[in-house]
Parts: sequence; C-alpha cells; structure tokens
Amino acid sequence: MSAPAADVAGPATFAFSDENLVRAKTIIAKYPEGRQASAVIPLLDIAQRQCGNWLPCAAMDHVSEMLGMPRIRVYEVATFYTMFNLKPVGEHFVQICTTTPCWLRGSDEIVAACERKLGIHLGETTADGRFTVIEVECLGACVNAPMMQVGDDYYEDLTAERTEAILDALVRGERPAPGSQTGRRTSMPAPGPTTLLDRAETAGIAPKTGR
Amino acid sequence: MPKLTIDGLEIEVAPGTSVLQACEQLGIEVPRFCYHERLSVPANCRMCLVEMEKAPKPIASCAMPAGDGMVIRTNTETVHKARRGVMEFLLINHPLDCPICDQGGECDLQDQAMAYGFDRGRYTEAKRAVKDKNMGPLIKTIMTRCIHCTRCIRFMDEIAGVPELGAVGRGEHMEITNFIEKGIASELSGNLADVCPVGALTHKPYAFTARPWELRKTESIDVLDAVGSNIRIDSRGAEVLRIEPRLNEDVNEEWLADKSRYAYDGLKRQRLDRPYVRIDGTLRAVTWAEAFNAIRARLEGVAGTKVAAIAGDLVDVEATLALKDLMGALGSANLDCRQDGARFDVSAPAGWRFNTGIAGIEKADVILLVGTHPRWEAPLVNARIRKRYLLGALKVGVIGEARDHTYPATHLGTDPATLAALAEGSHPFAEVLRGAKTPMLILGTGAVARPDGLAVHGLARRVAEAFAMVREDWNGFNLLHTAAGRVGALEVGFLPGPGGRDVHGILDGCASGDVEVVYLLGADEIPAETLGKAFVIYQGHHGDRGAHRADVILPGAAYTEKNATYVNTEGRAQHARMAAFPVGEAREDWKIVRALSEVLGVRLPYDTLQQLRRRLAEASPVFRAVDRLSPAEWVPFGGDGAVDAAPFASPVANYYMTDPISRASVTMARCTDELLAGKRPVGMAAE
Repeated sequence: MSAPAADVAGPATFAFSDENLVRAKTIIAKYPEGRQASAVIPLLDIAQRQCGNWLPCAAMDHVSEMLGMPRIRVYEVATFYTMFNLKPVGEHFVQICTTTPCWLRGSDEIVAACERKLGIHLGETTADGRFTVIEVECLGACVNAPMMQVGDDYYEDLTAERTEAILDALVRGERPAPGSQTGRRTSMPAPGPTTLLDRAETAGIAPKTGR
Repeated sequence: MPKLTIDGLEIEVAPGTSVLQACEQLGIEVPRFCYHERLSVPANCRMCLVEMEKAPKPIASCAMPAGDGMVIRTNTETVHKARRGVMEFLLINHPLDCPICDQGGECDLQDQAMAYGFDRGRYTEAKRAVKDKNMGPLIKTIMTRCIHCTRCIRFMDEIAGVPELGAVGRGEHMEITNFIEKGIASELSGNLADVCPVGALTHKPYAFTARPWELRKTESIDVLDAVGSNIRIDSRGAEVLRIEPRLNEDVNEEWLADKSRYAYDGLKRQRLDRPYVRIDGTLRAVTWAEAFNAIRARLEGVAGTKVAAIAGDLVDVEATLALKDLMGALGSANLDCRQDGARFDVSAPAGWRFNTGIAGIEKADVILLVGTHPRWEAPLVNARIRKRYLLGALKVGVIGEARDHTYPATHLGTDPATLAALAEGSHPFAEVLRGAKTPMLILGTGAVARPDGLAVHGLARRVAEAFAMVREDWNGFNLLHTAAGRVGALEVGFLPGPGGRDVHGILDGCASGDVEVVYLLGADEIPAETLGKAFVIYQGHHGDRGAHRADVILPGAAYTEKNATYVNTEGRAQHARMAAFPVGEAREDWKIVRALSEVLGVRLPYDTLQQLRRRLAEASPVFRAVDRLSPAEWVPFGGDGAVDAAPFASPVANYYMTDPISRASVTMARCTDELLAGKRPVGMAAE
C-alpha cells in the first residue's frame, strides 16, 4: 500500500507527451459526454508509465484537470489501487506474490533469493535505482506458483536459481522470456498434456514422452 | 403510497421514503452514524440495521426504500445483536479517550455506545493510529477517532460545493483527508464539526474550553451577515464560548457560516467598557453623566438641521427607532442607515427586500445574480442556490465579478450595460429568462452603492418586470443585503426626512461645516477624514474606526448582550436574546438613547422594552409578525437615469473581516492569513 505522497517531492508540472496525449484522448472519447471521469484509471496508468512507473502529485493534478474532476477524487482512485505507485520506484519493479498458493509452493525462497541477490529488503530500492522489490497479494497466476512480476512481465514456476538467473539477465540489460520458466505453455499441467493428446500434438505441444 | 408495518404499527408514507424515515415518522428511534437527512445515503456504517420479514439478514434501514406490505421490526433480539456487533467493530479502532475529547457529552458514538456497547473489550491487538490532518484554522482533527462515516466528505461535496475532502487508501489504511494539507477553502467548514458524529472533527477555537453541560444555552439571532441565521449562544458566566446553529428551515436550515460561528472571540477584544470624552485631543474615561453632559453642552444652541445621525451595520431595531425618535425631537431630518453610501430607492419595501425569501430560492428555475458574490456576502443564501442547483435544471447568470460560486454559472458581463441589454431583451440570456417559469434576480448592495445606484436599481426593476418575475404568486426581485441592521433600519424609516441629508449629504455637510454634530450609532465604515471638524458621538461596542474618530464614546452592547430585534434581508423580524451582560459600564443601546434624551430635555415616551416594541409594531407591520415574512406590495421604484460603465464590485473584500466584531477576532485574522493570503499557520515550520 502506498502512503499518500504529499511528502514526496515530485516534478512541479506534468504534461502528457504527444503520443500519450493522443492515447489519452482516444480513451476519453470512449465515454459519453459528462462521464469523462470514467477514464481516470487508464489515464493514470498512462501517466504512471510516462513518469517512470510512479505517479507524482503533478501528474494526478493534470489528469484531474483533463477530466474535469476534483483533485481529491483522483487521489482517492490513485491511493485505492495498489498498482499505482505514489513514490518513485526502481527501473525494474519486482513484485513477488506471497499469497497462500505461492507461499505453499515456496515464495519465501524467491523473496530470499531476491534479497540476497540485490542486497535489499522487501520494500526497498537498490542504491543504483535499478531494482525495487516488494511483496504483493495474489497476482492471479496461482497455477504456476510461485511467481513474480517484473514491470509488465510475469515470471512463473520460479525457484531460487531461476529467480537469480532472471535478475542476472535484467542486470545485463536483457529481457528474459516471460511466462513459465519450466517451458510449459500457459497453465497446462506441469508434466505436459494429459488429455486431448492427439490434438496437442497437431497444435505443436508435443507431450514429453518417457515420463 | 406504500403502506408498511413497523413494530406492529401501520404507516403510509410517500413513495421514496426510506424505512429509517418511516420509523422516524412513527417516533421510533433508529441509531445511525453515516445517515444524515440532508446528505446522500451511503449506507456504510450499518448501525441502522432493522429486521425485515422475508429478508434473510437484517437490512440497512437508511438505504431501503419503504415498500408496500413490508413488515419491519426494530426491537428484536436479532436487531440488537446486529447493532451490538456493529458497535463492537466500530469501537475496535476508536480510542477510549472520551475524557479528553471535545465531543464528549454530545457525541453520537458515546450515546449509542451506552445503548449498544459491550461493557468490556474483547480486542487485545493494537489499535490503529492515524496521523492528524491540517484542515486550517477552524477545524481541529483527531483522525484516530474517525469511524469513516464519510459525512464530512459528503457535506463538502454536496452542501458546501467545495470537494476538498476524500477517503484515500483502502480498508484498514483508509483515511479521511484533504491530501494536500491546507485549510479548507469553504465558508461553511464549521458545519463539518457539527456533522461529524464523533470527535474526529471538532472546532479548533473551542478546543478544551468547556463541556456541553456546563454551558448556558441562549437561543438568538446572528448579525454578522444579513441572513439572520438562527443561532444558539453557549456561554459560561459572562463569556460566550461558542456559537452553534439552530434549526430554521426558512432561513439557515441547520447550517451556519464560519464568520457567524467563529467571530465570537472578537466579543472579548477591543471592547468599549466605559464612556469616554475627548478632552484636549485625547479620549478620557468619564462617567455616564459626564459623557451625557458633554453632549448636552455641545448641542446647546445648535440647530436641529446641523445635527445628523448614521446607523451602522450591526444595530438593532430598538436602538435605531429610539435614535430616530431622538433626532426627530431635536428637529433633525439628517438620518441615514446606508453607511456604504448606497443610493437605492427607499420608497418601496419591495425594492429593498429579498422578496422571494431564502427558502423561495428552491422554487426558482433561473437565477440572475447582479453585482453580488453571495458566497461571501451571504454564504447560506449561496448554499441555498447550490441546493437548488443540485435539484437539477437550474440556470444561473452572473453580471459582475466572475468568481467560483460553487455551482455552474454563465458569466454574462461585468457592468450595468449588460443589465441594460437584458432589459431591452437584446442579450442572448434574455431568451433563457423568457422561457423561465419562476425566474429570480438577486441584486447585490455593491451594485447600488455607486453613484448610479438609483439608476441600476430602476434598471433591475425593469428587468424583473420585463421577464415577469413579479406576479401574483411569485416575486423574483431581491436585494441581498450584507448588513444585519440595514433592513431593520429601513423598516423603521431611519432615512433622511423631508429636506434631510443622506450619508453623502451628511459627509458633505461635515466637510463644509454645515453639519456640526454627527451621531454614529455603531457606524464603523465611515472613513474618519470625511467627518471633517464635526463633533462625533459614537455609540457602539467596539473600539473600531468610529470610536477612534469620536469626541464622545457611549459604550453599547454587542448582539449577544441584549434583547433586541433584527430584520434579515428577507424582511423577517427575529428576536435576539441576551446571553451575557454588556461589559463594564456598557448598556443596551436603546436605553442609552433613552437616557440621553432625558438629559437633552426631550424625553422619549418609553421606559420599557415592551413599550418600545409597541411603538415598533406601529412603525411597520414587519414587527407585528415576528419570525414570519410579510409580502411587500409591488410599486414602481428606482430611477431611470444613465448608468456608468464601471464594472460591478462586491462590497465584501474579505469574507472573514467585515465588521467591528470580526475585525477584532483572532480566529478571523487567522482565517484571513491562512485561507485567503495563503500564509503558513503559526507554529508550523516553513518547509
């Protein structure tokens, strides 16, 4: 949960970039006249992406002005949703799920791996500003637990080693392939398909034989 | 018309009535925190649970519309258990600090905990603590006490029209805040502490002052604007400790504007507590007899035409009438109560009353504001317009300063030319007025307190007549006054007699020496230098501008210290009552005038307030119908001369300081600094 950020100094002004302004206007146009406030969440999201993954006060004020709604109504929305960061975060925003299914499948190890590898504790940002690690509640990928989210990418079926490998790749500036780290497609059974085997084969998901 | 049964009693209610309201109509008490009859219904506190037949669970009665054939039970074990449960949850995080809480003794939570609270806590974990918020110089916050009823948020959104409060965060972390940590920029913010059912929002100036049961409560009338809000003065001994609103649906509903509520500390400062006479250039304290003798000595041999009197903004009707009678006895016709120099036509009461009535605003469909900023001149009139706006389909046009009114308004222009264009029907807004069923026009005193005031007054009348604002069943012409004493003084005729001088004439006379003696009855807005060499008698309660210039000071009583009559801008006479005695040797104002008349050898024919009020009743029918409105007959008024091009300006430059009482108030000075000038509060380090 982000605390109200009135105490965090941010930029004094904010304006959408040309490209984002076009996107914002497209979103606003989706809603009928007089209901522009409905666009507040997508606009805040665009603003957050433009500001390096956090929402300074100036950005929220700009959105409130654009939508003709009182500032406090925008602050209410921004503080309600945990996906909005009201304080600056690192370049790679690592969110580790520690809710029950992930925890049962070893999320503690993932947390420990991150803390060891990056030398920071949960809720902290590395000194070079490249990583922020936080724990979050369920991200909805329980079948592939344990998992973590980095930026917009989900990394699933993690172990301590795989987590470290992902972090290493990020440090090198690469973007590791998101999704299951065991190679299974989406949320199919871990040992491979167990039904509709013939179709799985034609779909190119060859069941691994010899298991 | 749904018919339902509540606790075995059958009742038929209007469609749309909630179960809670139906219960109230039957006199059945239902506890509540979030529900407030003047605010929207969020149904989030769950305290008003009642049992409904065929419903599996208790229902929130505030949000359940009454339906035909419903069977409601409010007094069953299930209901009590449910309410006890809600109360236990509310008390989990509510601190047990009632002994140091300012709400103690008048707290909804405290009262209801007596009925539904458990006698010990089962919760052993740490309570939640919330940082206090800075909401400016009027509202003190102790946010740990907040139970999240959201009444304050809804009040700011709906009634005040300044959406600055909100609930940030979620769940356990939810907090009520204005987020940006600055004072609430509303003239109605004091009502937040009234709507708060717990001690989270309390009055900052009243903090740690008194317990409600120690206070003597006097029902009275406010005079700091011309609305005539009904108030209750809470005092202990001689000291006024706070002022609270009193319900009057026709005037202030249950709200009170901040100046009226918080300027009372001005009653303790700068007071005139004894008579003074200027001897060799300095004011010296004297006895009443010496002061009266000084006046008699100066008046000796002075012709009545060389004597003048000006009545101020806070004067009561009794004193004005007594002074008018005294001036008459002295042979002077130089009287005026329009110390702002307003030049409107005084011949017809319909021309200077708020004829529609404040409650009448709710029936209007188009409102034209001319040279007025009601948000500062009369916050509660503005709140009524906003209430009307929330009912839907209201159009507001503004001629004058373009400011935030708290409701959308079309800005038509700034000067009388726009009004003239409307009168001719050539302005586009004329079409809107023509289509209106119940249009109303509110003329500010700023629009008539100018050299062309009489012409503007006449122009406004022609606009009203052109758009059928005045009919058998509707009078949409209104003059919005800012001074509580003004309409009363107009009613008793405190105006230039035949051949008499008005304020401008009096001041010209002072400059030329034609007026030798000026009696200022609480008139503090007259610039001292304009009084020339005249001998000035000042009667009033504060050492403000008038007293500084005075040659004789007669200490009078402030509005909390006398039994007096005031007439509000609608022409509604109301009785204010004495809550404390006047300070020192000060006396009730009419008695001073009466005593002086005896010294001057022109004894006024009344010795008691009753006799004086009988004389009042003869002077105007308004005083025979106290607390009621008497419609005024519509006769032509105002001039038809040329109007200036100068833009209209509101007479109120600073809402928080408009009169001697609010100018002497520390709280109002803080409001001016923090809310208007944007200074940091005292004791809060600059960042």
